[in-house]
Amino acid sequence: MITAERKPIQEIINFVSPYKNLLLVGCNECVTVCSAGGRKEVALLSSALQVASMKAGRIIHIQEMTLERQCDPEYVEQLVPYIDQADAVLSLACGCGVQEIARRFKDKMVFPGVNTKFMGASERPGVWAERCQGCGDCLLGVTGGICPIARCSKRLQNGPCGGSSKGKCEISPDVDCVWQLIWDRLKALGLEERYEAILPAKDWRSGRGGGPRKIVREDLM
Amino acid sequence: MKDFEPVIVAFCCHYCAYTAADMAGSLRLSYPPNVKIIRVPCSGKVDVIHLMQAIERGADGVYVAGCLEGDCHFKSGNAKAARRVAYVKRLLKDIGIEPERIEMIMMSAGMGERFAAVAEAFTDKIRRLGPNPVKLMGASKTRDPHNVSPANKESAAL
Repeated sequence: MITAERKPIQEIINFVSPYKNLLLVGCNECVTVCSAGGRKEVALLSSALQVASMKAGRIIHIQEMTLERQCDPEYVEQLVPYIDQADAVLSLACGCGVQEIARRFKDKMVFPGVNTKFMGASERPGVWAERCQGCGDCLLGVTGGICPIARCSKRLQNGPCGGSSKGKCEISPDVDCVWQLIWDRLKALGLEERYEAILPAKDWRSGRGGGPRKIVREDLM
Repeated sequence: MKDFEPVIVAFCCHYCAYTAADMAGSLRLSYPPNVKIIRVPCSGKVDVIHLMQAIERGADGVYVAGCLEGDCHFKSGNAKAARRVAYVKRLLKDIGIEPERIEMIMMSAGMGERFAAVAEAFTDKIRRLGPNPVKLMGASKTRDPHNVSPANKESAAL
């Protein structure tokens, strides 16, 4: 999933303080799962903004709406009946959702309520960790299902480096050395010979090195 | 401000604080009528949104009363409630509201005297703190079920 974290409340208050009528929009997908921008977080932020503004001596009107997916135009269209009553939109979706609202409603200012972080997985309740960098050319088939691009601090394709110590990365004792994890897993699978193979230099054009990316599927058009 | 009588909302776990309140009654102990009890099946049932909306709607103080550490009927509901209370305290502090308006309190079902003492002490503390600033603006009507915009309906149903 795409993970996100709510922005500091003061930053959000600074964004929205000039406006009296806000449309606060959440998303039912990734940001709901990582508890950053679902229906509950929309209600909580709405409540906090309302309390903060009342303390400052003014009342704002907040409409709350949580879309099934804020990154799809057909769901963003559901905001049409409410957008006219709003002076601005505050979105708790990832950056994709915020931009989709900006694209659809050109005359409304839209503010992000969360910082979009990374593509990750849930390690345990309340903890999410980065797992994928969307490099566009997946290596997981040769690294035992563990990604060195997302999880090695240096994105080494042939690791580990000299900074690996007792299975941990030199940047922090809390960070596993991914090449240790890869070796342990290949060994457990009896596939040690795969570790011996040298991976050639990666063509980063399939990632962000090639500029903004797009997927075009003519069969679905 | 001299006549200020705070409204206190107390979310009380059925297995401890609510029973303790009952015991306080049986012992003929009086506690301030400011405390409005909401019985919950476990303090872990109380969510951050319940705490926040209590403040938004004008409660001067809110506390969650759960079982003693390690004694939760559902294993860890009281610990979860304590973490949620801590989260809302930070949120309140960030928006300029005194975090002391929200507390987590732990007690057992047999602590009728403690229930009454806690109710008394918390009410006193909030009385000294003064009214919730939200009240001065007439509290929020945004989630009033009779005054809800179509977009809010979904959230109002929460």
